[in-house]
Amino acid sequence: MSKKEFIRNFSIIAHIDHGKSTLADRLLELTETVAKRDMQEQLLDNMDLERERGITIKAHAVKLDYKALDGNTYNLNLIDTPGHVDFNYEVSRSLAACEGAVLIVDASQGVEAQTLANTYLALDHDLELVPVINKIDLPAADPERVAKEVEDIIGLDCSEAPKVSAKTGENVEKVLESIVKLVPPPENNDDKPLRALVFDSVYDSYKGVIVYVRVVDGQIKAGDTMRMMATGAEFTVVEVGYMRPTFMEKTDVLSSGEVGYITASIKTVGDARVGDTVTTAENPAAEALPGYRKVNPMVFCGVYPADGADYEALREALEKLQLNDAALSFEPETSGALGFGFRCGFLGLLHLEIIQERLEREYNLDLVTTVPSVIYKIHLTNGEMVEIDNPSHYPDPATIDYAEEPTVEAHIYAPPSYVGQIMDLCQDRRGVYIGMTYLDADRVDLHYKLPLNEIIYDFFDALKSRTRGYASFDYELADYQRSSLVKLDVLLNGDTIDALSFIIHSDKAYGRARKIAEKLKDNIPRQMFEIPVQIAVGSKVIARETVKAMRKDVLAKCYGGDITRKKKLLEKQKEGKKRMRQFGTVEVPQEAFMAVLKLDDE
Amino acid sequence: MHIPFCRSKCPYCDFYSLRADDSTKEQYVNVLKNRITAEMSKIPCKADTLYIGGGTPSVLGAENLGKIVKSALPFLTSDAEITVECNPFGLSEDFFKTLAFYGVNRISMGLQSANDGERRALGRLSDSETVKKAVKNAQKSGIENISLDVMLGIPCQTEKSLAGTLDFCVSLGVPHISAYILKLEEGTVFYNKQASLSLPDDDAVADLYLQACETLEKNGIMQYEISNFAKSGYESRHNLKYWNCEEYLGLGPAAHSFLNGKRFYFERDLNAFLNNAKPIQDGDGGDFTEYAMLRLRLTDGLLNSEAEKRFGHKIPDEMIKKSAVFADNGLMEISETGIRLTRKGFLISNSILAEIL
Repeated sequence: MSKKEFIRNFSIIAHIDHGKSTLADRLLELTETVAKRDMQEQLLDNMDLERERGITIKAHAVKLDYKALDGNTYNLNLIDTPGHVDFNYEVSRSLAACEGAVLIVDASQGVEAQTLANTYLALDHDLELVPVINKIDLPAADPERVAKEVEDIIGLDCSEAPKVSAKTGENVEKVLESIVKLVPPPENNDDKPLRALVFDSVYDSYKGVIVYVRVVDGQIKAGDTMRMMATGAEFTVVEVGYMRPTFMEKTDVLSSGEVGYITASIKTVGDARVGDTVTTAENPAAEALPGYRKVNPMVFCGVYPADGADYEALREALEKLQLNDAALSFEPETSGALGFGFRCGFLGLLHLEIIQERLEREYNLDLVTTVPSVIYKIHLTNGEMVEIDNPSHYPDPATIDYAEEPTVEAHIYAPPSYVGQIMDLCQDRRGVYIGMTYLDADRVDLHYKLPLNEIIYDFFDALKSRTRGYASFDYELADYQRSSLVKLDVLLNGDTIDALSFIIHSDKAYGRARKIAEKLKDNIPRQMFEIPVQIAVGSKVIARETVKAMRKDVLAKCYGGDITRKKKLLEKQKEGKKRMRQFGTVEVPQEAFMAVLKLDDE
Repeated sequence: MHIPFCRSKCPYCDFYSLRADDSTKEQYVNVLKNRITAEMSKIPCKADTLYIGGGTPSVLGAENLGKIVKSALPFLTSDAEITVECNPFGLSEDFFKTLAFYGVNRISMGLQSANDGERRALGRLSDSETVKKAVKNAQKSGIENISLDVMLGIPCQTEKSLAGTLDFCVSLGVPHISAYILKLEEGTVFYNKQASLSLPDDDAVADLYLQACETLEKNGIMQYEISNFAKSGYESRHNLKYWNCEEYLGLGPAAHSFLNGKRFYFERDLNAFLNNAKPIQDGDGGDFTEYAMLRLRLTDGLLNSEAEKRFGHKIPDEMIKKSAVFADNGLMEISETGIRLTRKGFLISNSILAEIL
């Protein structure tokens, strides 16, 4: 057990790509927590996907030993945070486990949207901030200007801020000294009843769920009966210890101020949710730590196996992923067009993409996903309200009094020269302008209220392309507001294709309908007869295209009695059919279906 | 009987044929004659058709062809249809007279196109005037049952050029036309340089096909199979064997047979055949699916009465049910007597068959 004054609990916060993971790697190296030969690039990002995308998806924590210039050895607990708005809640729990945060700012790019968003989040938790100017090795680096920007915009003294290159390692040791100097040690509350904050939990097939905690009050050891305060669930503690970068270090007891893990044969991460408080059944705390909430999925879509035979495999894969991801929800659903699949709920679009990619990559599944949807609140004329996240459940318009859709408050940071384009985009996405603040001469903060369904597909990409990558974007959920919504149905040869239906604002229905009709026409191969492609609101068709009939597909020759050759061609043709998806009487190849769903990519 | 010899290889053709000297041809004729006697002796009934195809059978000369026919005569019915495929180049009245003498009563000639530009693109060595002369010579020799092959969808073909070709056939008074849509076969010259061929697109080919069907029928040459047209009574008895899923014996390298319920063939190897090659087994033939696949190539289509006679059951309900959507779209016709493809249906018969079989 370390003395409290030698403990420092901190996170690293940064805008995406400002070098958080690289700096973390250097800190691990410097403290010799990881031998250089064991060093993999960006060790904290365990998953392949994280390493490829350069983003941290789930929080991790690691204990470092650092011998400081004052001769003392400090116990530094680095708690990594996910770097994307979809995981804002998890970020807030990680921060709540710390006394300080290292704020990284890119020496060429300066303060960006998530720099500010994360700073505010850190300040909300009364964290001591340690500013670090990174990437000073870049030719475009201007550490002095950026330091001034941080002082001006955030009001943080940067006179002592280390100016480092995490890439080359230059000055990185100064970051460790600043942490020791600036971040306060935790309080000693060993005598109080146990309260430990769960900031992450990970499923392990041998140990069950590994619960990552920051002990705030009291102590916990093997054999204790732990109790989750939100759910009341109790488990016998099997083991406690510290997380080292390459192994788990068992210990006798975790006490206040420390960061470590608990295992207790817990079966799913849903039983040890992020933000919950661990206490003991023997001596329970009166009150849980503040800030727990159950994270609810925001974005929904149907996930179907491309090959119906993979349905069970998909279920097993989703179950396995859910063991480790309490925010992922799924339930079986059936589509006339796509067969059996699952309605899945995600925190946001990135979360959706990550899950989809992991299913495809780690579980080798070929998937078809439907258009993502948010949760709409539909108020019926009989006074009832229904929440709809699946267009196929959309009520008969005649029974609808009014509808509401979720909105977000968005902040877009960009150079002033792009304000026009950004405003056009937000206007186009039904945004309501709230305000604009000049952060400095080179950067404005555009504040908009936007419907969530306008930003879940492609808003970020559109923003990036209109501002040549200079804009950054952050949002948080706001309220529901009344909206004029309609459900668009896609009909092929007169049959409604349920998987292609979606809910959209009435002003946008015509434009979108035309685009979809064109896309389908171009992507559906000619069939044996003419196929009308219709997009309808209720019974009213608002866009129409036609897939022309195939004219020629015939074996004219008789091949001198070689009938086998004809039979083989017939078999081949039948095989080809299997790769198509049957929509009523129309066969649509997988690619065409995907092209329609990815309408917004262009 | 397959005669695997040609003067030269046409750029679209993937049938088995070679150039050969006279002694090889002589040897082949002898081996074939012996094989005919040997194999036909095993068959308890007589055949009512003999088809000598190729390749180019006419390169053997009338006497050689006559010898082959003569060796087969003991195994043929007295009214048998005896066809020889000919390349029209340099075929005299005497040539046909000799064939007629031996019993040949039907000639099939490759015209492909009456447009000499198109003929050159197809690698034909003669002009349409040569074909005309050959047809007249055959007619003068007393063989009036003549079939001309026409190709559709060939390089640079237009509605107008096809009209010319069809007029040419009609004016010669031949009672049978085979009109084949060009198919690019892998390994052929055409396949390898298709991009530079100025081939009409699928829509244009479909229109050419419909034009051919309509023009021929206007002139009394009625469609009876996807690619075959005849004046009443002149339908090729031999080719109908294939479409009716009846049995036949094919001799020669690359020749296919359907005998006693088994399909088999000789490999594409002249020397092997000359050395008494054994046929290669190709599985069972003649099940209902195969029968339906073949019958649906005929304008008569698949008939309940015939199916009942042969398989003891009518057309399965499932198949009729699947056909309904095609009938609704003018691609098939369903009646009490059976199901059949329309002309538009023929054009996409591969897709339809894959659906209903």
